[in-house]
Amino acid sequence: MHPAPSIIIFTVFSGLGFGLLTYLGFGKPDVSGFTAFVFFLIAYAMAVGGLIASTFHLGHPERALKAFTQWRSSWLSREGVLSVLALVIMGLYAIGVVFFDTRIAWLGILGGTLSLATVVATSMIYGQLKTVPRWNHWSTPILFVLYSLTGGAFFAGQVWLAKPLLLLLGIAQLLAWIFGDSLFRESGSTIETATGLGRIGKVRLFEGPHTGGNYLTREMIHIVGRKHAQKLRVIAIFALTIIPWIVLALLPFSHILAGIAAILHVIGALMARWLFFAQAEHTVGLYYGAR
Amino acid sequence: MTTLPQSTERKLGLVIDLDTCVGCHACVVSCKGWNTENYGAPLSDQDAYGGNPSGTFLNRVHSYEIQPEQGLAQTIHFPKSCLHCEDAPCVTVCPTGASYKRVEDGIVLVNESDCIGCGLCAWACPYGARELDQKEGVMKKCTLCVDRIYNNNLPEEDRVPACVRTCPAGARHFGDLGDPDSDVSRLVAERDGMDLMPEQGTKPVNKYLPPRPKDEEAIDVLAPFLEPVAEEPKGFLGWLDKTLEKL
Ligand code: SF4
Ligand code: SF4
Ligand code: SF4
Repeated sequence: MHPAPSIIIFTVFSGLGFGLLTYLGFGKPDVSGFTAFVFFLIAYAMAVGGLIASTFHLGHPERALKAFTQWRSSWLSREGVLSVLALVIMGLYAIGVVFFDTRIAWLGILGGTLSLATVVATSMIYGQLKTVPRWNHWSTPILFVLYSLTGGAFFAGQVWLAKPLLLLLGIAQLLAWIFGDSLFRESGSTIETATGLGRIGKVRLFEGPHTGGNYLTREMIHIVGRKHAQKLRVIAIFALTIIPWIVLALLPFSHILAGIAAILHVIGALMARWLFFAQAEHTVGLYYGAR
Repeated sequence: MTTLPQSTERKLGLVIDLDTCVGCHACVVSCKGWNTENYGAPLSDQDAYGGNPSGTFLNRVHSYEIQPEQGLAQTIHFPKSCLHCEDAPCVTVCPTGASYKRVEDGIVLVNESDCIGCGLCAWACPYGARELDQKEGVMKKCTLCVDRIYNNNLPEEDRVPACVRTCPAGARHFGDLGDPDSDVSRLVAERDGMDLMPEQGTKPVNKYLPPRPKDEEAIDVLAPFLEPVAEEPKGFLGWLDKTLEKL
């Protein structure tokens, strides 16, 4: 799949923002006044910024409100509804915490839960697609939630939680890569089933429908960047989990070091998300003799 | 509503004969011609006369080579448009309700004034049957020529999809695949019509008729005359063969 920058930025930053909102909702850190204001500002900037970035790839962003109507069937619609609910409820909760120094616990817990549910809905937009076997797996929502909770723990200053979560995320991401590599083969779709011609013999594309590219080949068949995938995976996993974990767990704590670790973590997350798209193969590639 | 209907009254669709299609791309052209002038936004082209032309099409013809276990390879021309699936994943993913499947005839359509152009439905279609128009920013797909098949302003013989009407080889058939006695259903039964990528669980309405097996007997009448006269070389060639062998 084409790794569009707007979608990579959206999924990573809205995941971080809603992760941080989850912690704030559950009262970790238990802050108030101006400190709380700064925390909420960062969380909203990331969550709302990500949502706005996601509208950049729409053909008709001015009709975006229509996307709230089909929550009964569509995960994309559910994501929209949940994100607005989470942002509104967390906003009310934030007003109490920032201006009145009162923490309405149930409101925070509700808002925090909705924030995490938004991340699950985002992940299911990808996880539901049978056409992309690498994504169509239970590991997709688990990974998205782990990304969100780990990054959120960084921004919420919950170092005690960030340490084990970094390890967990690293292991989950590695497993998802390793097992993900064979999911397309296991899905059973081949150029033979795509054309139905396997009953005669081995099929290969003789001539494409046109000499140039089209929307489908540009959007869903992305092979160019894959050749360095293994190297990128190694770099991503170091930046995402290994180095930040070493900094947090083995070095003496300092705010500057923790900040660097957080930045590295986000860079690693962006790289991993790029790979998430670039390495995902869509069945339509079978018709074009490419995956 | 982007939930799918439990069942549809009819299942209108196409039956495409891979044995007959000659790969002329006439259906591609007539489809683009009809659909760019009629229902919905026109099908735009980008850089049409430049070095990197590209455009929106609702129907495209691929060509494949098949190598059987024994014998020569075959070339098969393979037209592909929306299969109007019964379990259409493109419909249920749509956040706006723009994509829907009609209860009365099973046609899968996009309401272009509701579409936000998110492209998710094109991701959900296993067959590559939906293309986002780059100029209009809305999703385009085969409409089964819904503006022809019920159009009383057209002469009766024209009330079929443009691609079906145009095909010079008669490789595209249109009808109700929900009615077991319809011409198309009988054709599918006789010719062992098949689904594309059944493992995707989309239950396509459109069916493909596989190429008929090649005749293998006919050539045998002349074959005996073409047998090699001598397996072992004699005379000069035999001498040469033996001499070279010894070297
Ligand atoms: S072929 Fe693709 S676009 Fe058409 S109904 Fe099936 S899934 Fe939807
Ligand atoms: S591109 Fe349009 S029709 Fe397709 S899912 Fe998005 S809103 Fe629905
Ligand atoms: S039925 Fe109409 S819209 Fe569909 S492929 Fe044929 S000509 Fe194109």
